[in-house]
Order: sequence, then structure tokens, then C-alpha cells
Amino acid sequence: MDRIEGEAIEQLKWSAQEAFPEPLIHVPDDLKNNIAVTSVDALLNWGRRNAVWPVAFGLACCVFEMIASAMSRFDISRFGMEAMRASPRQADLLIVSGTLTWKMAPAVRRIYDQMSEPKWVIAMGVCATSGGPYYQGYSVVPGVNHIVPVDVYVPGCPPRPDALLYGIMQLHDKIRKYSVSHNPAGGISRGEG
Amino acid sequence: MTTAVSGSDLADALGMRSFGFDGAVTDSDAYAAWVTPEAVLDVCRFLHDDPEQAYDLLSSVTAVDYVEFFDVVYHLTSLSRNASTVLKVRLYGRGALALASVTSVWAGAELQEREIYDLLGVSFTDHPNLKRMLTWEGFQGHPLRRDYLEPPLPYTWPHGG
Repeated sequence: MDRIEGEAIEQLKWSAQEAFPEPLIHVPDDLKNNIAVTSVDALLNWGRRNAVWPVAFGLACCVFEMIASAMSRFDISRFGMEAMRASPRQADLLIVSGTLTWKMAPAVRRIYDQMSEPKWVIAMGVCATSGGPYYQGYSVVPGVNHIVPVDVYVPGCPPRPDALLYGIMQLHDKIRKYSVSHNPAGGISRGEG
Repeated sequence: MTTAVSGSDLADALGMRSFGFDGAVTDSDAYAAWVTPEAVLDVCRFLHDDPEQAYDLLSSVTAVDYVEFFDVVYHLTSLSRNASTVLKVRLYGRGALALASVTSVWAGAELQEREIYDLLGVSFTDHPNLKRMLTWEGFQGHPLRRDYLEPPLPYTWPHGG
């Protein structure tokens, strides 16, 4: 058996003395001189919209719906969002998924501050939107818009993954409207540091 | 499940000992026995050390606000005897309440006594680290008290919430 294997290797070696030629893309002659025209805004927003990387960050039961959104059944990689970043410095989107307590609030603010601009925030669930059932409780922030500016609110307790996907698509629509000249993305920080 | 020792049996066990426990047991029913706040540390040490009681595990300490008074509740378990019982201490008043800490008997009481102090405002004397746990330093009031009200928000929602 070893002899058969050795013969096969010898045969492959002597038949593979020359490298294959590099496969080149064949462009028809009538397409060789084309120019695609677009605006900077359209190109920039197209790129930003299709690669919104979220921070891997969860607070409460909503995070399991967020995880389900990332799994194969709902699959946010269809939107180029499957890269959940462990570092906020590499992320564009903060999904505040769940009840935010005042004890956790400085951490959320810090994560938001560490994200590089342009950055967006989705408040997922009623707790993140307004405090929800814990509204006027002693320990819960009455809406994460007290801590960070929120772009999209997703109602539900918890929202199903399709609701979160709808919120993400709303965010995509919002990103599409940014303009370098008069409505730049990332101009949403409150200037408090 | 452990065998539940009734409160009256626990009161009998405490009543049979006469070294300073006279009058310590104020009440008992099928579920729990009540002792005076002054005697709680001695009673707990006795229940832990006595070989016939041997309550070597403190399952939980908690407290309940009954508006007129507070009950501090000790759930005791004896792993060697496979028995459990409930000991309660009634504290009257709504001001700064104080009770002896049982951390010298069961070290596991430390965290839960901190929680009681934080949420219900019962301070435990001789506790090694009595500070707020679930809320933050500087929090005003004790939020699980029945008379605690969260300060209103500086705005209202359109529906008046």
C-alpha cells in the first residue's frame, strides 16, 4: 500500500513540474471603457449601511433575542452585521438590550464614549426605551436616552428578532439620509465627554 | 427535604435552657419562633453550638416590612440532623433600627445582612462591612420600605405617568 501511495506522489510530482497560468477575469471589449458615476454620500452611506458592526453587549432578557437574531434562523449577517465586536472601538452600533440600572449606567456611557464615530444606538425593548415596568423604580434608568442619544427605539418585552431586524432596517434608512456636506454622520455627541 | 421543626418545638428547645434565655422567646406558632432583639445573638450561638440543635447552616436572612413593625427572619438548617426551622425577631418603629449581627456565628450572614441594611434600613451592630450593596454609595433612603417613594422625575409622559 505504501508503494502505491509513493507511486501516486511520484506521478503527481513529475506531472506538476510547471505551474498553472493565473486565471484572469475576462472582460468583454464593449465593457472595458465604462465609468460608474455616484456621489460621495451614496458611496459612503452604502458602505456604512452594509457593515454596521454591533458591540457584543447585553443587559437582560432582551439580549437572548439579540443573540437569536445573530444565529442562523434570523441571521443578521444578511445585513453585514454578524461581526459582533468585543471591543467598542471597533463597533458602530450599540444595541442597549434590556433593563439598564443606574449602577450599570456609567458602564454603558463609557462603552458609548469609547466607540469611534460615526456611531449609532438602538434601544431594544421597553426597559431600554422608557424603563418599562420599572418606570419610576429606584434602580432603573427611565429610558437609555438619559445616558446616550438613541437613534431607533424597538418596542416589545422582549422584542422578537424580527422586530429587532425591522429596527435595524429603520436604522439603515436613517444612515442613508446622512450627507457629508450638510448632515454629517457622527454629529450626535452631546459634547459632555 | 429537611424535616421542618415547628416554631413551638423551637421555642420549647430554647425554653428548656435557662442560662439567660428567660423571656427571650416572645411568641411561637407552627412555623416560627420569635425572640427579643436583645437575645438574638445568644440564641443563635446556642442554636449553632448546641449538639442537640446543631443548626450549622444559615439558609437565609431576610426582613419583612409590616408597616407597624419589621420582622427579621432567619432560616436555619441543620445538615447533621437534616432539620430546618425559622427564627424571627420583631423590631418596632420606623426609624434607624439596629440589631446584633450574627456574622460571628454564621459567616455567610454577612452579604445578606448588608442587603437588609441596604434595602430595609436595619443596621447590624458588629457587622464587619456594613455598607450598601445593591444600591450605590450616597443613595437616599431604603427602597424596600413600604414608605419609600422614588423622587418624581423632572418631566411627565404625555399620558401623565
